[in-house]
Amino acid sequence: MKALRNYIDKIKPHFEKGGKFEKLHSTFDAFETLLFVPNTTNKNGVHVRDAMDMKRTMATVVLALVPALLFGIWNAGYQHFLATGQEADFWPMVLHGFLKVFPIVVVSYGTGLIIEFIFAQLRGHEVNEGFLVSGMLIPLVLPVDIPLWMVAVATAFAVIIGKEVFGGTGMNIWNPALLARAFLFFAYPAHMSGDTIWISGLTGGEGIVDGYSGATALGAAVTTGNVDKFSLMDSFLGFIPGSIGETSTLAILLGAIILIYTGVGSWRIMLSVFAGGLLMALGFNAIGSTPLMQIPALHQLVLGGFAFGAVFMATDPVSATRTTRGKYIYGFLIGVLSIMIRVFNPAYPEGVMLAILLMNTFAPLIDHFVVEGNIKRRLKRASVNA
Amino acid sequence: MSEVIKIKKGLDIRLKGKADNVFGQAQLPDLFAIKPTDFQGVVPKMVIKEGEKVKAGSVLFYDKYQPDVKFVSPVSGELKAVIRGERRKILEVVVQSDGQNESLDFGIGDVASIDRDAVVKKLLEAGAWPYLRQRPYDIIARTGDTPKAIFISGFDSAPLAPDYDFIMTGKEKEFQTGIDVLKKLGDQVHIGLNDDAASKIYTNVSGVETHRFKGPHPAGNVGIQIGHTMPMNKGDVIWTIRPQEVAAIGKLFVTGKPDFERIIVVAGSEIKKPAYFRTILGAAVTPFIKDNLNTAENIRLISGNVLTGSQISDDGYLGFYHAQLTAIPEGDEYEFMGWAAPGFGKYSVSRSFFSWLNPKKEYRLNANMHGGKRAIVVSGEYEKVLPMDIMAEQLFKAILVEDIDKMEQLGIYELAEEDIALCEFVCTSKLNLQKILRDGIDLMIKELG
Repeated sequence: MKALRNYIDKIKPHFEKGGKFEKLHSTFDAFETLLFVPNTTNKNGVHVRDAMDMKRTMATVVLALVPALLFGIWNAGYQHFLATGQEADFWPMVLHGFLKVFPIVVVSYGTGLIIEFIFAQLRGHEVNEGFLVSGMLIPLVLPVDIPLWMVAVATAFAVIIGKEVFGGTGMNIWNPALLARAFLFFAYPAHMSGDTIWISGLTGGEGIVDGYSGATALGAAVTTGNVDKFSLMDSFLGFIPGSIGETSTLAILLGAIILIYTGVGSWRIMLSVFAGGLLMALGFNAIGSTPLMQIPALHQLVLGGFAFGAVFMATDPVSATRTTRGKYIYGFLIGVLSIMIRVFNPAYPEGVMLAILLMNTFAPLIDHFVVEGNIKRRLKRASVNA
Repeated sequence: MSEVIKIKKGLDIRLKGKADNVFGQAQLPDLFAIKPTDFQGVVPKMVIKEGEKVKAGSVLFYDKYQPDVKFVSPVSGELKAVIRGERRKILEVVVQSDGQNESLDFGIGDVASIDRDAVVKKLLEAGAWPYLRQRPYDIIARTGDTPKAIFISGFDSAPLAPDYDFIMTGKEKEFQTGIDVLKKLGDQVHIGLNDDAASKIYTNVSGVETHRFKGPHPAGNVGIQIGHTMPMNKGDVIWTIRPQEVAAIGKLFVTGKPDFERIIVVAGSEIKKPAYFRTILGAAVTPFIKDNLNTAENIRLISGNVLTGSQISDDGYLGFYHAQLTAIPEGDEYEFMGWAAPGFGKYSVSRSFFSWLNPKKEYRLNANMHGGKRAIVVSGEYEKVLPMDIMAEQLFKAILVEDIDKMEQLGIYELAEEDIALCEFVCTSKLNLQKILRDGIDLMIKELG
């Protein structure tokens, strides 16, 4: 490591102001700090600091995404062979899934990071770590058969319009990964819904076994009026078609445990999203006037992107509410709205994405009222004492 | 028995190198200094020139904005140097001791009969006034004010902080006299006690209200104690003072001579034998660290504790309000892939490092930042270590956009740097929150006076 350090120290002057590669300063800095935690020490204020930094925070989230990613890779293969009626073992399934999913991940990271590096350089900032997470979230919420150019376009849209125009990580209003998905959904609806997109190979016209439908559970629910084909257990474990990372609630819960235990993700938001969703679904069960309302409440929570949204999307601290009390309200409303959109909007049964984006928009408003509450409490105290 | 107030939020950072309750031996140094930078908002005007003779209690400089407030020499000798920094700002006023320790005599005062004006005058003259600080703003008390109360925190909960039960032993009489003097300045005197300590010295004191506190740091911060007993509102003024300084005021009235003797703790992972030392205000730190450091190089010396203290060089001086000298490793080295390592030896409130496996471990923390500055991303961190009904993040944002109304509404009056030092410690974005708060306070003073 000493040699590497020496080499970096040797080439560093070229990237400083006045050096040959001055224009690549941010890029150099990003790689340098990735390899070595900088030697900067505290100057004013506290002399010791918590070892936690933004890199570690983001790396923890990526780690929490790994179970969902691995399962998604396997499931991509599993669904493919199931749909085409071929027999296959575990490893061929993984290999097939890997060859499908890995390029999407690479394109997502590649596009996003290039844009991030350019913006950081233009602004003279350090490269922000936020995209480490977004770059992994984007592939996981996309259908496996999506064309790669769409991944690139959506990522570019999300990073530029969703984040950089506001000033970069920490300043954005909406969750960039969801914005990428929303962009694709509204720009290329034909590629983001239907019965073929969710299983690799089907859009390319590979043969389907007779009687097989590649629709997601929610898609099927809209057309057939029930989710009987997808048992609760299968949906929980994730043996169903869907976006790459969202099918296995179990894998997502593993991620949730990592996030909550390390203290990186907000359990308040996760809990209240599930609570809101459950209550809403139970309410619809009680009414039960349409087939979609009759889907059992627990089943609602393990279908589609609900769990993934609750654990990884709603908890994005930048676009969520920032006050403790606000988090409960925000999460609860996401849960309620997700199920409501599912049930009332058959054109697009996946309500989580829109619910979270909508609540992202309202998060500052919720915070505003929570803060006003604090101010009022403070003023009251003053008048009582006076 | 007063009710115990339980502080739940906060954090005790477990550092290596805590001192046992024993005294170490160190000679008094030749040099002593009063550092104007220890006093927020004070613009020093020198009274004497380099080379002039002084006695303990002779005025060195006064504050341009409050000329009554004088800062005096802690020892007798001569003014050796006035060290200036950028734009000729005075950093240190250094006095060379002659070893005689001659003192000016301000006359013995009968505390029972003396009136308030006379008390104020005497404290000002003898250089004891700066011991009194006021909330809001955590600046030297204004002579014209009458405080709602005077609040003393009887203990220090900061990392490696001195044990005041130990320091104050034997100073019972002076402390009581000091309290009697303070009672002349404000009607109520409150003391915050540590529920886990005997606090004998405080419980026998008459004329005070006591409050017991239990919980992690910052339970020992006077600002937190005020917040839990008599929360500050706009217009309130509460004065604060530390136990040793109360005793020093007491001694001034008993003997007529200013008392600058202090007991300090020398602690930290790089100190060979952490212990308490008797010394004099503003002493050069050289005797405490001589043959007492584990390694000679790359050490950060801090006058005060690791959260709020100020960095000093190895020939620097103790700060005016500091009863602690801490030595930790500087840590100015690169760490390969440090953010990705499992981190068994790294301290973090989050459990993303595996050090949570070992909850009792004491850490040898260094002064490395462990990362780069970022925009605020993570939410809810600050609230976990600030035991007050204050929305810290929103307050800091209000300060950054200089929104005075919001700063006021969100509670800037109730906070001083030490109260939010832990927020700065846990901040994932590595922001200098203490500096932000002080900028906000300076703005408040400028705009509202």
